[in-house]
Amino acid sequence: MMRLFALRAALLATLAVTALPVMPLPLAAETIVAGLSQSSVSITADYAGSEILIYGAVKREEPILPGRSLRVIITVSGPDLPVVVRRKDRVGGIWINTDRIRPGAVPSFYAVATSAPLEDAISPEEDLMQGITLPRILRDGDARSQPFLDAIRRIRTAEGFYSVKENTIALTEETLFRTDVLLPTALVEGNYTVRVFLTRDGKVVDSVKRTIWVRKAGLERFIYNAAHDQPLLYGLASLLMAALAGWGASALFSRLRW
Amino acid sequence: MQLYLPIAEVSVNAYALIGIGGLVGFLSGLFGVGGGFLITPLLFFIGVPPGVAVATGANQVVASSISGVMAQLKRKAVDFRMGAVLLIGGLFGSGIGIWVFARLTALGQVDLFVQLAYVMFLGVVGAMMMQESLRSMLRARRAGGVVIRRAHVHTWVHGMPFKMKFRASGLYISVLPPLAIGAFVGFLSAVMGVGGGFIMVPAMIYLLGMPTKVVIGTSLFQIIFTTAFTTVMHAVASQTVDIMLALLLIVGGVIGAQFGARFGVRLKAEQLRILLAALVLLVCFKVAMDLVLTPAEFYSIMPGRLP
Repeated sequence: MMRLFALRAALLATLAVTALPVMPLPLAAETIVAGLSQSSVSITADYAGSEILIYGAVKREEPILPGRSLRVIITVSGPDLPVVVRRKDRVGGIWINTDRIRPGAVPSFYAVATSAPLEDAISPEEDLMQGITLPRILRDGDARSQPFLDAIRRIRTAEGFYSVKENTIALTEETLFRTDVLLPTALVEGNYTVRVFLTRDGKVVDSVKRTIWVRKAGLERFIYNAAHDQPLLYGLASLLMAALAGWGASALFSRLRW
Repeated sequence: MQLYLPIAEVSVNAYALIGIGGLVGFLSGLFGVGGGFLITPLLFFIGVPPGVAVATGANQVVASSISGVMAQLKRKAVDFRMGAVLLIGGLFGSGIGIWVFARLTALGQVDLFVQLAYVMFLGVVGAMMMQESLRSMLRARRAGGVVIRRAHVHTWVHGMPFKMKFRASGLYISVLPPLAIGAFVGFLSAVMGVGGGFIMVPAMIYLLGMPTKVVIGTSLFQIIFTTAFTTVMHAVASQTVDIMLALLLIVGGVIGAQFGARFGVRLKAEQLRILLAALVLLVCFKVAMDLVLTPAEFYSIMPGRLP
């Protein structure tokens, strides 16, 4: 009896597990097939920003549903890095840092592209739930920390690390889409996550995730590793270079006799 | 030409870096100051993170100081004995300074302390120098070009024990004042994160009575060691020395230092001091303004550690 019960429970569990991915199927009659022009970026000495083409198509079994708007949203998110945010206040006539928060790790890069105006592409509730236009960590602050989190978004947007670009995805025949995402010149190493969302009437129908590997290569890799693996040797090497350059310039200039 | 810096993790224009190095090197060769006060804000301006800017700036100052000292050495304008005494004092001072810095960091107000220290010391030192050099220049002009030349002025400094001969400076004074000045500047440089040439140069001129021409070489001589120490400390403790950034700054810096040293020879001692005083006051004014003016953005983001 016990064994039978266990067997039935196991069977039920298996059913539940297999059913989970199948569940959205009736809704997701449309699925995304997406690709990247390059899945890895090598940062070498001459790296000066790079452009990634994100493209794809909507796969469907049935004809396109008429009258319901299909939209595509793409987000690219850089590695999460811990930050400290400080606020200045005027105390006795001078501006000093009076308050700070450590919100934990926030994305070093965050770009959003849409195929239509934002309010048309996704409903606010769905956006909030999926954390699409703004990473969730920058939204879930309390009364004290929210101004700091807003400041992160404001400053990073001004510096070009965060962006929301509406109407920058070309969507053809409600099937093919493509967009270019510009990675900044101050690129941080790590895994960049690309998420592609397909929405209908502001609701997410399907989404896929891709990863761009960003790594230093060649000389950059060598110097970075040396600085972290052999810090003392690296420091002394920097000094040696400085000494040689200082002495060399002086020797060269005295040879010139000007 | 864009170049990606491996430690700073930013792509910058290589020529801009050589230019910054050259400008700072020029001032270094001219005045005997390291230039750490200038290089950090300039690098920050082109997008290099502050931590990397401070550490790599120190490395660049090593190179331009060596270049400057070599140029001064040819004119025998370096007092090695005085430099060594100042350095010994400096080591004690920076030991205490590093401890105070750690305490202030724990209290969370280290930035404010550094800025206030900047304004106070640069303001006082700059104003005093400016007043003195203007007066001596006026005096020289009124005397119709005939300047009364005195080796140095006798002050209370000359009545202390443990006297020592500093031949290159033409001084026979107690070692205590140079030790104390070295310790004080070492303390300040550890707390403020600059080489301290700014305070060292006027102190050598006015407190020790050293001739201006010898001061520059001697100041640079001791800056080599303090900045070398700083560079290695940063490389080991925080891995913030960017050797590629340093290389470009150094290329500009060592050449600039040579030009600065040549240019300095053509100037009179008073003119040199007036220019240095003006520069000190300018930096002081800038830091003071940053404290007083309402900033455009009240928030600032710095890299942190995971909680």
